[in-house]
Amino acid sequence: MTIQGEPLVRFDWIGNNLGLIGERLWEHIFLTVLAVGLGLAISFGLSLAIRWNGRLYLPITSIAGVLYTIPSLALFALLVPFTGLSILTAEIGLVSYTLLILTRNIVGGLEGVPADAREAAIGMGYTARQLLLRVELPLALPVIIAGVRVATVTTIGLVTVTALIGQGGLGQFILQGIQRFFYTPLVVGAVLSIALAIAADALLVGLQRAVAPWTAVKR
Amino acid sequence: MTLLGAVWAWLTNSVHWQGSDGIPTRIAEHLWISGVSVFIALVVALPLGLLIGHTNRGALVTVSIMNVGRALPSLAFLAFALPASFALNLGLGFWPTVIALVPLAIPLMLVNTYAAIRGVDPDLVEAARGMGMRELEVLGKVEVPVALPLIIAGIRNAAVTVVATATLGALVAGGGLGRYIVDGLARQDYARLLAGAILVALLSITTEVAFAVIERLVVSPGLRLDRERLALPDAGGAR
Repeated sequence: MTIQGEPLVRFDWIGNNLGLIGERLWEHIFLTVLAVGLGLAISFGLSLAIRWNGRLYLPITSIAGVLYTIPSLALFALLVPFTGLSILTAEIGLVSYTLLILTRNIVGGLEGVPADAREAAIGMGYTARQLLLRVELPLALPVIIAGVRVATVTTIGLVTVTALIGQGGLGQFILQGIQRFFYTPLVVGAVLSIALAIAADALLVGLQRAVAPWTAVKR
Repeated sequence: MTLLGAVWAWLTNSVHWQGSDGIPTRIAEHLWISGVSVFIALVVALPLGLLIGHTNRGALVTVSIMNVGRALPSLAFLAFALPASFALNLGLGFWPTVIALVPLAIPLMLVNTYAAIRGVDPDLVEAARGMGMRELEVLGKVEVPVALPLIIAGIRNAAVTVVATATLGALVAGGGLGRYIVDGLARQDYARLLAGAILVALLSITTEVAFAVIERLVVSPGLRLDRERLALPDAGGAR
């Protein structure tokens, strides 16, 4: 079986489908932001629980680690009979994959806060809450954002896979291209999802520099 | 409960354990596709990683390219592999999947191999040179054995990623366990779908464990990685 003469990119198709491309791009961003946002909220809760009792670290990261080992397509497939071909299925899977990276980085970031800074704050009469919000979190931010970077880039890749369960954003173009041997949407979907990953990463590096200028020297 | 019963019935039905769509055949296909891909990637990445790690030439460029490669979506690899396979007249199924998996695996192995060799204590290398070892001996007798745990960690990471992603090969008419998932979705046959998902997950976890065992067997006990202490990046990412 060969597809002779089918060009890699048909620009007229792109021109005719600009609206759809924009829609899918937006959907891709939405699915990613929602997953990373929810993942961050849950991981933050888990990290606080771990801070409250350090013995929770191993069970929490172990469970997240096992989830992480399951191939994405398998995890989505496991959920389909229960939650259908829905955005809920996609998000449960996507959020699960962010938990390990984010929890590890939040806990690691908080642990990395110098004891001196902590003691100084306590000496100045900070309450536990003030200590967390005004001293520890700001100092942990670079490590946390590093985790968000990895989680975001990973999620953008995984969103393409959710095309198989009827979501997928740009992944739908890839799937459509593969199924119809029509290269143009395939290339559009692949190139845009890669561009999106690179752009998101660059944006987060910028954010990291903005909130933690002292890290710029290091890397 | 009825669904789980249906999955169990599907998995234990002897019909599904024989023939070209049987579980043993699908597992064999899955392992064959993954094995060939990992092998080709290994042949490319290992010598290159050792060379760059030893000489430190071209390291920045290579590692930068590889880091971008690690961030690319797996489905995008498959997307580009399909036209490539047709252009080379290799058709559907096996080859487009392998063409997608090889470039997926190479960065994971190469970056780890490079980093592993670079991470070898320079004093050790200097001592080896001082003892009159030739460059190849320094590499083979000192750097590689010391760097072995990290090198194997990279291969393990790549292998698990490949086994996980080989599932997507079913989209381009490939065999392997992904067949059950893709067909199960298409036919809304949830027993098949779930059985496939469970088998894929088990195979991935088995691969991970198998490599952990290999690592224990070939790495000198004095050099075993203390994963927690090193805070390994284990940067494979979700698959």
